[in-house]
Amino acid sequence: MSHDHDHAPITNGDEPAAAARAHALEELLVEKGVLRREDVREGIDWLVSRTPADGARLVARAWVDPEFKQRLLEDARAAALELGLDPGPSPVLVAVENTAHVHHMVVCTLCSCYPRALLGPPPDWYKSFPYRTRAVSDPRGVLTEFGVELDDDVELHVLDSTADIRYLVIPRRPDGSEGLTEEELAALVTRDSMIGVAQPELRLLR
Amino acid sequence: MTYRVGQRVRVAARPHEGHHRTPGYVKGKTGRIERVHASFTNPETRAYGENGLPEQRLYSVGFTHGDHLVYVDIFEHWLKEAK
Amino acid sequence: MHDRGGWSSDAPIDRSEHTLADWELLTDALVGALGRQGVMNVDELRRGIESMPPDEYERASYYERWLYSAETILTEKGLIAPGELDARLAG
Repeated sequence: MSHDHDHAPITNGDEPAAAARAHALEELLVEKGVLRREDVREGIDWLVSRTPADGARLVARAWVDPEFKQRLLEDARAAALELGLDPGPSPVLVAVENTAHVHHMVVCTLCSCYPRALLGPPPDWYKSFPYRTRAVSDPRGVLTEFGVELDDDVELHVLDSTADIRYLVIPRRPDGSEGLTEEELAALVTRDSMIGVAQPELRLLR
Repeated sequence: MTYRVGQRVRVAARPHEGHHRTPGYVKGKTGRIERVHASFTNPETRAYGENGLPEQRLYSVGFTHGDHLVYVDIFEHWLKEAK
Repeated sequence: MHDRGGWSSDAPIDRSEHTLADWELLTDALVGALGRQGVMNVDELRRGIESMPPDEYERASYYERWLYSAETILTEKGLIAPGELDARLAG
């Protein structure tokens, strides 16, 4: 399907050109009354407020509270709201749990779907062609590149977010973390572990 | 809801011009229903300015893929019961 | 072109990351605001991206694709005139 108008290509990797284009588009749309500048500013404010710390809080609570974990697995959106977190506009959020027997990894082969409200913007590699391809064809190879080695008997489940569902991985709680507070546990949960390409590890807490 | 968790289903192999969210690598493949999701507006028509109604049931369908499994969210109208 | 799952690849994954530039945040927020206003939905955004000529799709950065799509869809809907954005930039 092609569009039926011509315009100067913006796809030359020239950042200043795209930047000027984005600003000009905003000007145009505000002038025409299609958008209000405040709506755009609000959108920017929301985006920059998103960080993986929110997702980490969900995981840490699930680690310490088995009943919360069950609620998280049944309805992640409601569980996020329970903790006062913003689960985002996506209609459905699904949390999946890594165990001794199953490891989950998330990808969007078609574009870049990602639980941004709870993890912040996706990293460039998540949106890249190699990840989008190899997460499905060679996930163990991808995990090796990311420094994760799974035992042969661990089932690897790759989730391709092709529709309106956004997936969040609950990684495994690291051994030896029994004495940590919920806040300390949350500090161990990395963004990559909630995508499924890393495992939280005990490390020296400052 | 037409399909149940555990049921074997086959993804249509039909070509589809225009926007759709069934990836090529599962077309014509057989998998198993892992989850029954809610129903959602149809992106194939929403992408062209329509309202996407009626909503279609979405399923997570699991496929074995070598040494791992791949779970793909697929709309009901792309699925058929597999023998 | 956008449907990447079936391709074969052993290309290494470049794990370097960049903080989103202001214009990228702006582009994201523009699309989000258009969505909330009911002007352009996410399926139209994706369809617009998928309509890019393959070589442009490959070369464009992530948010350049969003910008392309927004312009395509908005022009299609008659909200901006063909070439209006170019004229704005030139003038």
